[in-house]
Amino acid sequence: MEKKIFAAASLGGHWKQLLRITKPLEERFEVVYVSTHPQCATMIGESRFYLTSDFSRNDAWRMFPVFFRLFRILWRERPDAVLTTGAAPGLVCLLVGWLLRRKTIWVDSIANAEHLSVSGRIARHFASRTYTQWPDLVQPDVLYAGSVF
Amino acid sequence: MVFATTGTQFPFDRLINILDELAPQLNEKVIAQVHHTTLRPRHIKTVDFLAPDEFDKLFNEARLIVAHAGMGTILSALQQNKPIIIFPRIAALGEHRNEHQLATAAKMRERGWVYVASTPEELKSLLLTPDLHPLHRIEGTASQRLIQSISDYIEKE
Repeated sequence: MEKKIFAAASLGGHWKQLLRITKPLEERFEVVYVSTHPQCATMIGESRFYLTSDFSRNDAWRMFPVFFRLFRILWRERPDAVLTTGAAPGLVCLLVGWLLRRKTIWVDSIANAEHLSVSGRIARHFASRTYTQWPDLVQPDVLYAGSVF
Repeated sequence: MVFATTGTQFPFDRLINILDELAPQLNEKVIAQVHHTTLRPRHIKTVDFLAPDEFDKLFNEARLIVAHAGMGTILSALQQNKPIIIFPRIAALGEHRNEHQLATAAKMRERGWVYVASTPEELKSLLLTPDLHPLHRIEGTASQRLIQSISDYIEKE
């Protein structure tokens, strides 16, 4: 059976980077999406879409309702892998994926050329695989394999 | 039309002020997407949050994009073959949480894919340059190597 990817990103640069990765993956996998704006649903063809609220460090308490919503969704979807380009809601998806013992893939945003993003530095401890998009930032547990360019 | 975009997280008044100052010399409409600004620019039109479809519409219609050094905007410009000038936010001036936009701008300058303005003077001179052409174009997908690596990892038992 076709494996399933649960793909998550906030609207904006994170979402644009995610689609550049998942569009070609759709040829081999079923991809289900979650993002922070309802219109994201119009950019993914027939794929299933879930909405989540956005939050950042400035309103971190919002992570709790986001966590419970994403937990319910992921429990039902049972994906083989969670894939995210960030930011904060993507990190929550990754944590839920980790709790559910799924493969969890963090692709740090290409905007972080000098060091891993703050979310990325948390994510690498939970992600079963972490990528940076800059060869200079490779570490034993942070891989480089090209970028969204 | 010149479309300026400053993202949805913080104000970027330095950019808006420069655009407002130069707009009378540009002989074309300038529309700027701003976030929580207290400025009242006189020569440019500003809009607050834009839904993705409204954003795309302005982006498509624009002759030139002017933006903070946000990767989303850079990716869109490269993908749609639009000339773009980036003017990085400086965290030391309270314009962002950290200096990653300076790093992005430096990397972009190195590659020569977009016009980079590091100072207000550079920005002004680029804005007044007629007919800026796009410097680079990218396809719609990530590098094959990244796709393959992720794909192999998910397939692995």
